[in-house]
Amino acid sequence: MNGSQAEAGPLTPTMVGVCRVDQVPVDGGVAALVGGRAIAIFRTFDGNVFATSNYDPCSRASVMSRGIVGSRGDATYVASPMHKQAFDLRSGVCLDDETVRLPVHDVRVVDGVVWVGEEVTVAGGGGA
Amino acid sequence: MTHLRKHLVVVGHGMVGHRFVQAAIERGLTETHDITVIGEERLPAYDRVALTSFFEVGADALSLLPEGSYADPRVRLLTGTEVTGLDAAAKTVTLADGEVLAYDACVLATGAAPFVPPVPGHDLPGCFVYRTIDDLEAIRDAAATAKVGAVIGGGLLGLEAANALAQLGLETHVVEMAPRLMAVQVDDAGGSVLRRHIEKLGLTIHTGAMTKGVVEAEGRAAGLMLADRDEPVPAEVVVFSAGIRPRDALARTAGLEVAERGGVLVDEQCRTGDPYVYAIGECAAPAGKMYGLVAPGYAMAEVVADALLAGPGTFTGADMSTKLKLMGVDVASFGDAFATTPDSLELTYSDAVTGVYKKLVISDDGTRLLGGILVGDASAYGILRPMAASGLPLPANPEELILPVSSGTSVEVGLPDEAVICSCNNVTKAEITDRVAREDDPCADAACVTACSKAGGTCGSCKPLVKKIVEDHFTSVGKAVDTSLCEHFSMTRAELFDLVAVHGHTRFDDVVAAHGRGRGCEICKPAIASILASLLNHHVLDDDAFALQDTNDRYLANIQKNGSYSVVPRIPGGEITPEGLIVIGEVARDFGLYTKITGGQRIDLFGARMEDLPAIWTRLVNAGFESGHAYGKSLRTVKSCVGSTWCRFGVQDSTSMAIALELRYRGLRSPHKFKGGVSGCARECAEARGKDFGVIATEKGWNLYVGGNGGAVPAHAQLLAGDLDDETLIRYLDRFLMYYIRTADRLQRTSTWVASLDGGLERVREVVVDDALGLGSELEAAMARHVGTYFDEWRATLDDPAKLARFTSFVNAPDVPDPHISFDTQRDQIVPAESSGPVLVAATIGVGAPVGGAR
Repeated sequence: MNGSQAEAGPLTPTMVGVCRVDQVPVDGGVAALVGGRAIAIFRTFDGNVFATSNYDPCSRASVMSRGIVGSRGDATYVASPMHKQAFDLRSGVCLDDETVRLPVHDVRVVDGVVWVGEEVTVAGGGGA
Repeated sequence: MTHLRKHLVVVGHGMVGHRFVQAAIERGLTETHDITVIGEERLPAYDRVALTSFFEVGADALSLLPEGSYADPRVRLLTGTEVTGLDAAAKTVTLADGEVLAYDACVLATGAAPFVPPVPGHDLPGCFVYRTIDDLEAIRDAAATAKVGAVIGGGLLGLEAANALAQLGLETHVVEMAPRLMAVQVDDAGGSVLRRHIEKLGLTIHTGAMTKGVVEAEGRAAGLMLADRDEPVPAEVVVFSAGIRPRDALARTAGLEVAERGGVLVDEQCRTGDPYVYAIGECAAPAGKMYGLVAPGYAMAEVVADALLAGPGTFTGADMSTKLKLMGVDVASFGDAFATTPDSLELTYSDAVTGVYKKLVISDDGTRLLGGILVGDASAYGILRPMAASGLPLPANPEELILPVSSGTSVEVGLPDEAVICSCNNVTKAEITDRVAREDDPCADAACVTACSKAGGTCGSCKPLVKKIVEDHFTSVGKAVDTSLCEHFSMTRAELFDLVAVHGHTRFDDVVAAHGRGRGCEICKPAIASILASLLNHHVLDDDAFALQDTNDRYLANIQKNGSYSVVPRIPGGEITPEGLIVIGEVARDFGLYTKITGGQRIDLFGARMEDLPAIWTRLVNAGFESGHAYGKSLRTVKSCVGSTWCRFGVQDSTSMAIALELRYRGLRSPHKFKGGVSGCARECAEARGKDFGVIATEKGWNLYVGGNGGAVPAHAQLLAGDLDDETLIRYLDRFLMYYIRTADRLQRTSTWVASLDGGLERVREVVVDDALGLGSELEAAMARHVGTYFDEWRATLDDPAKLARFTSFVNAPDVPDPHISFDTQRDQIVPAESSGPVLVAATIGVGAPVGGAR
């Protein structure tokens, strides 16, 4: 499992509770402010929660939370609402251009609340 | 100096002259030659083959050079200019104004002139020929005050002319000297079947009738005197269409040799008796024979371009096959249609009830097809003509080739590689398969093959065959033609539409579970959202649908480059009160928005933050505005002019019709965005023919055009039906739009959708006008459901707190505007500022578990 995926585990001191998990639409996203940064939080149909930067590195607009969540093979991704580049939600790697990456953040769901932490680097999570 | 550029003079700018110039440019002849093209008509080359459609589509649509000049600056086009002399010894041509042009090579493409028999009265006012756009304009003007017209000549062009007179509302007579119509193309039996079809349309046919003279009354034509008849045929408009004669006068005065029956004699490279003068098209007579069709002229144009580049091309005769649709009747003739080959056999099928006549001419041993005639149903032409041209062995039961499909099994015919599939552009089967089989940059479908090879691009009769060859090739290499929507759904959008409708699905999850795999993507989710919206007309922001939508549908606004949105209130038909204008202005001012009048006659407000959209729309809705659907794939606007209400030219109330249509189809979800237009007269101020549906007023009602668009590949809409009353217009439009919504591919515009249907516009007409599928009432009912259940999406959103909760910048800081959206100023209005990277916000957010929150 990847670090960006909500799973049981302790909360770290820098984590911020941002919303209730049911405020995030299934297979959709919301934007949140964490440590002054715009973060996109996604919930997939199987109950997983992911957090990435809300800033689309391709279009240079803060819009990722408004993208469509989909699957390509085993990978779950979000497509930028601007020009549809797909980013793997686990690693942030762009499935259409591996030189581009969306920062991903540590995320936990505890008692129905979504907590977002520091940016993390997920090894080997690209592609799928 | 040795590298002086050479000068090429082309005399004549018809279809063949234009084709020669195109070939010269494409093949690089302009690298070494300057070209001067001299056309006698005031307009540049146009599609003379489609001349009859001039009344329907206008001169612009027929033009082969809409820009009026060639993009290559080394080509100079002179129109409205006559060439009066050719001096082959001095290598010069002289223009009417006295200018003398020296040439290194001269190409004569002067075409042919109509033959007017020298009967008494042939030059009276009211007498015309049928050759140029100017001729047609003169005929139209004369027809405006006439009741009866007559055409002398029952050949292909004569019947075209007769059709034009009938379309202009004249009682029409056709006078033909031969005992049957279209004597060059069809035999007696075919001619009589054709005659019955045409008489059913209300035209009067006189065959075996010799015109003795034109009757005069008050200095104008009033009728025709026929041999062996006492009473003259009345006719205030007389059109001579008794054949053509090559225009070879220039060559004759230059001392060049001409053929016995006219036409400049040329060799296999289309070179005249003078080595520097060529002749192509109808003014030329290769081996003494003149060709009155465009395809041989095109072939000659290519041969001369080749010759000037020292290439090996030769012209050794041409296929004289023809296929046309005359007044709705298919007529085709190919190969040895009259069985002139010794001992050849004839196989005929005739059905007097349906008016179908087919004849095959077969070699005496029964193994090869030599030619044939098809009247009333020419669907077999595509396979029969290349079969005759290539000498392919006939199948064991050749009669099956002409029997109606229901009574015989369809015959699979493998054509040889050298078979010419497209005779207009001389494209063989091998060239078509090469386009799809080549290593580098192969064509992926038949449409691409047509674009790359021109096969099927001129008359279109071979299009179904091109498609079949392409598909057969893919099948032969084991490659199924992939029509999957995406990796999650293996069917087309149209098939998926039917599945969703039949099973009554209402949720994406059910659709993907039943018919797909995986969890969907940015391709199939919005497509299914659109299908569900078309079938259910639910709110696109309902819980089950929200996450399927592209961002534009999700926020009921159009996202722009910095993540802000544009807001566009509906202004039906572009009509707005001063109070309405003031409200929009005040909203724009109060929310700091950029305003622009759009090409679709409404007002764009740019730069709205997502979280401000509800407040903006509250103001607009309270002032009576509703969503303009300037987002997603849906109806945008129906553009209009002011029509008969204000305009001194208008013949119908185009504004009221545009408003009615815009209100009827507002909110309709479709495979691509679409627009409409309504013009109050033929001046077309609403540019309706640039729209997916265009309505243009006539004296009698409305003409309906479909399949136009702007965009990257602009297309003009084509006439679907004419002179409709309001009710019929709306019925046809309902059917057209629903048929499109149900069967088009994702993101397929109406223009490409029409082109993709087997039969093209004709197919649309069969379904929409003739109701050939019996779908009419179902399509109308679907539209009635849409109209009956329409509601304003923005008003409904403002009334629903759960939907409104989604319009927040940050879920944990809804009052903090997203700092990534910032603006500069240009001409006193905002413009998006360039972003240099993610921005940190200095807002303080409470740390810890959030409480509350609407849900």
